[in-house]
Amino acid sequence: MQIDRRKFLNILLGIGGIGGVLAIIYPVLSFLNPPKSAEPKVNSVKAGLNNDFPANSSKIIKFGRQPVILIKTEDNQLKALSASCTHLDCIVQYRQDTKQIWCACHNGTYDLNGRNISGPPPKPLEEYEVKVVKDEIVITKAG
Amino acid sequence: MRKRFYYIIICLITSLSLFGFNLSDKNEDKAKAGKKEDHCITCHKEMENMPKDFSENNVHLHANLTCASCHGGDPNSADQESAMNPAKGFIGIPKRKDIPKLCGKCHSNIDYMRTYQPRIATDQVEQYYTSMHGKKLLAGDENVAECTSCHTAHNIMPVKDPRSTVYKLNIPNTCNKCHGNTDMMKKYNLPGNPLEEYTKSVHGEALLKNKDLGAPACNDCHGNHGAMPPGITSISHVCGICHASNMEYFNSSKMAKVFQEQDFHGCEQCHGNHAIQKPNDNMIGDDKESKCNDCHSKGDAGFDASVKIKGLLVNLKNKYDDANAKYLEVKQKGMNDVEIGFLLQDAKQALIQSRTLIHTFDTAKVGTRTDDGIGISEKASVLAQKEIDEYYTRRNGFAAATFAFLIFAVALYFKIKEKNIKKKVG
Amino acid sequence: MKNIGSKLIAWIDERYDLTPVRNLLEHKKVPVHKHSIWYYMGGVTLFLFMIQLFTGILLLLYYRPGEDSAYESVRFIVTNVKFGWLIRNVHSWSANLLVLFAFIHMFSVFFSKAYEKPRELTWVTGFIILIFTLAFGFSGYLLPWNELAFFATKVGTDIVGVIPIIGEPLKVFLRGGEDVTGATLSRFFGIHVAVLPAIFTFFLALHLLFIQRQGMHEPEHFKNLPEEKKKYIPFFPDFALKDLLLWVVVFNVLIFLALYFPWELGNKADAFTPAPAGIRPEWYFMFMFQSLKLLPAHIIFIEGELLGILFFGVAGFVWMLIPYIKIKNKPNWKIQPLALIGIIIVSFIVVMTVLGYLL
Repeated sequence: MQIDRRKFLNILLGIGGIGGVLAIIYPVLSFLNPPKSAEPKVNSVKAGLNNDFPANSSKIIKFGRQPVILIKTEDNQLKALSASCTHLDCIVQYRQDTKQIWCACHNGTYDLNGRNISGPPPKPLEEYEVKVVKDEIVITKAG
Repeated sequence: MRKRFYYIIICLITSLSLFGFNLSDKNEDKAKAGKKEDHCITCHKEMENMPKDFSENNVHLHANLTCASCHGGDPNSADQESAMNPAKGFIGIPKRKDIPKLCGKCHSNIDYMRTYQPRIATDQVEQYYTSMHGKKLLAGDENVAECTSCHTAHNIMPVKDPRSTVYKLNIPNTCNKCHGNTDMMKKYNLPGNPLEEYTKSVHGEALLKNKDLGAPACNDCHGNHGAMPPGITSISHVCGICHASNMEYFNSSKMAKVFQEQDFHGCEQCHGNHAIQKPNDNMIGDDKESKCNDCHSKGDAGFDASVKIKGLLVNLKNKYDDANAKYLEVKQKGMNDVEIGFLLQDAKQALIQSRTLIHTFDTAKVGTRTDDGIGISEKASVLAQKEIDEYYTRRNGFAAATFAFLIFAVALYFKIKEKNIKKKVG
Repeated sequence: MKNIGSKLIAWIDERYDLTPVRNLLEHKKVPVHKHSIWYYMGGVTLFLFMIQLFTGILLLLYYRPGEDSAYESVRFIVTNVKFGWLIRNVHSWSANLLVLFAFIHMFSVFFSKAYEKPRELTWVTGFIILIFTLAFGFSGYLLPWNELAFFATKVGTDIVGVIPIIGEPLKVFLRGGEDVTGATLSRFFGIHVAVLPAIFTFFLALHLLFIQRQGMHEPEHFKNLPEEKKKYIPFFPDFALKDLLLWVVVFNVLIFLALYFPWELGNKADAFTPAPAGIRPEWYFMFMFQSLKLLPAHIIFIEGELLGILFFGVAGFVWMLIPYIKIKNKPNWKIQPLALIGIIIVSFIVVMTVLGYLL
C-alpha cells in the first residue's frame, strides 16, 4: 500500500512537473519566434515609392490609429494631413478638379494646407510631415 | 447749473467716506482720459429712462458712436430743450418703416463702413428689400421684421459674439420671437411652430443640443437679410450647400426631371423641411414609412428597384453592425483593435456612401458600393473573431497551466508530508 | 530516472569531489517554530528577482529604447508578439510583488531582530538591495514611454533637484539634460538593464553568501528552549522543497494577475500635452510622495519639501545602520522601544500610502 502510494505520488509529481515546465517553455519559445510583421510601428509610416505616385492625386495611409491623406499636388509637392474631417469624422478626399480637400458628407472644404475654408468643419486638418528618403515616401508626425 | 450743484453736494457729502474717494477717483480718471461726456446717457440714466434693451457691450458704443448718431440731436448739450431739438436733427424714436433706411445710412455706405471694418458687406439693406420682410414693410405692414427685430436696437453685437441675438446658436430663438407667435403667423397663413419642429429635427439637434456650429440654423436655408422661403427650384440647391453629393446624384438621375414636371418639392418631398429627421433605411423599399410608395406601387419598376436597394442597404448595415459589435467586444476585452477599427471606418464610409447613392435610384451603383462595404465588414468580423478567440485561448491556456501547477503542488505537498512522517517513524 | 540521476552525481563526484557542495547544502538547517513562515519571504523575493531577470532578458529581444520607438515597441510586444502580453505583464507584476515581498522580508527581519550580531552585514546588504530594487522600479517605469510614466518621472526627478548643492547636478545627470526627454529614456534604459543588474547581483551574492555562512537566525524564544525541544529541518531538501511549493503557488498567482489584471499601456508620452489627471508615482513611492505633499511650504526658513527629503534620507541611513544602534530594553514596558519604533514606521508607511490613494 505504502509503495503504491509513493509510486502514485511520484507519477503525479512527474506529470505535474512536466506539465508545469511545458506551460513555461511553450510561451517562452513562442515569444522567441519573431512575428511576421517584424517591424514595430514607429512614429513614421512608409507610404510607397514617390515615382509610382502620380501628380494631382491622393491616397489614404494608415498612421497608427489615424487615417492620413497623402496628396501629390500638380507641381509634385507632397502633403500629408489627417484624413478625418474635423466636423463629423468622415474621411476626406482630394478633388482633382478643384485642387482642394473635400469632405463629401457635408460639403466641407479645406485647402491643401488643411485650413478649413468653407462648409461646416470647425478646425483645420492636422498636418503631418512628409519626407522622401531614397524615393520612399515617409510620413512622420509633425512637431 | 443744477447738475453742477448736485455734483458739488455729492462730493462734499461723500468725500469723507471711502466710497467718496472711489467716486472722485473715477471722475478724475474720466477727466484725465479727456472723454467728452454724452449728455444723452447721463440724463437718461439719471432719470432712469434708458432704453430697456440697452447694453454697455453694444457694438456701436464701442465704435464711439453716440445716441445721436441714430436719434439725432446734440449730445453736448446738457439742456433738454436744446439737446433734443428737431432743429438739431433730433428724430426721437424712428418709425419702423424708416429703420432699414436709417441703418442703411451707414451700413450701405462702403466708404464709411470701411473705416471700421475694411471687409464688411454693405448690401444688407438692398437684400432686405428683396426679402418677404422687406417687401411687406414697403407695402406698409408694420408687423414684419426690420433690422432691430433681429439685431435689437441698443444691444447690437457682432455675429461672432456668443451674446449676440444673431450668433448662430441664438438665431432659432431670435426668429422664433415672431415666427413662434401663432396668432401673428395666422395672418400670414404660416404655421406658428417652426422652432418646435426644428428643435426635434436632425439639424436642430446638431445645432442646439450638440452645439455643432456647422449645422444649419434658420438663416442657412432661408437667407438672413434676404429671407425668403426657398422656392421649388432652389430647394435642392439649398440642401446641396452641405449635402453636395446627394444633390449631384439626384439632379443627374432621371427622377429629377419627373420631379420638375410634377412640381414636386425636391428634397423636401421625401425628407420634409423644419422637422427633418435623420433618414433611415425604412424610407425606401416596401415598408409603411417608405417614401417611394407615395408614387410607386407593387409591380412597377420603381417599386422593385426600391425594394432591391433597401435589401442591399439592410444587408450591409447588418454586416456592419455585426462587425461593430465584435469590435466593441474586442475593445472591451482589451485586445488589439487597431486594424479592426480601421476596417470599420472604411465600412462605415461605404455605408454612408451607399446611402447617399440611393439618390441615383440606380441599383447597380448602390450595389457596387454595398458589396465593397460588406466585404470590408466581413473582413473586420473575421479579424475581430480571431481576437476574441485569442482572448478565450489565453484563459484556457491559463486554466491548463494552473491545472498542471496544481497537480505538481499537491503532489509536492504530500511528498513533503510523507517525508515528515517517515522521519518521525524513523 | 532516479538511478540515472544518482549515477550522474556519482560520476561527477568521482572526478570532482562534491563533498564541499554537499557540505554546503547540508550545513544549513532551519529552525521550526510558530514564526517559521517568515523564513520563506526572502526566498519568494529571490524567486521573483529570478523571474525579473528572465522576463527582462526576453523583453530585451523586442524592446527598442528611443523616443519614437520605445512606446511603439512595447505596443508591438503586447499586441503582435506571441505571448508578449504575458511576458510584459509578468515582468510588471513581478516587479511590484518583488518590492512588496522585499518590504515584508525586511520588516519580518526587523521585528524578529534577526539583524543583530553577527548578522549586521546581512542587514546592510539587504537594505542596499532594497534601495536598488526601488531604483529598478523607478527606472523601469519610464521605459514604456507612456504619458503616466513620463510625468511620474518628471515629478520624481524634480524631487531629486530639491536637494541642496548636489540636487541640481544630480537631476541633470539623471535626466540627461534639463528636461525629461529621449535622452532620459536612454539613460534610464542603460541604468535599468546594465548598471543596476551588475550592482544588484553583487550585493545579492554577498547577501546570500552571508546567510549561507551563518545559517538561519533563531529568535529569542527559540534560543531559550532546552536543547532537546529545539526542532530543525534540514535546508536541503526539506526546506527547499517547501520553498519550491510556495514558488509554484506564487508563480501561478503571478500569471493569474498578468492575465486578468494587465498593466495598461496608455497613451504615448508627449511633452507638449498637459499632464493628465492622477499623476502619481508607483505605490511603493507613494508614502514618501504623500508625506512631501502634506508638508507645509516652509518650516522655519527651510523649504518643507527639502526638509522632508533630508528627513527620508537620514531616516533611511539610520535604518540601514540599525544593527549598530543599541537601544536598551525596558523590562516593564509591554512593547519594547525598538518594536514600538518599527510599529510606528510601518503604520506611517501604511497610513501615508492609503492617504495618497484617497486624497
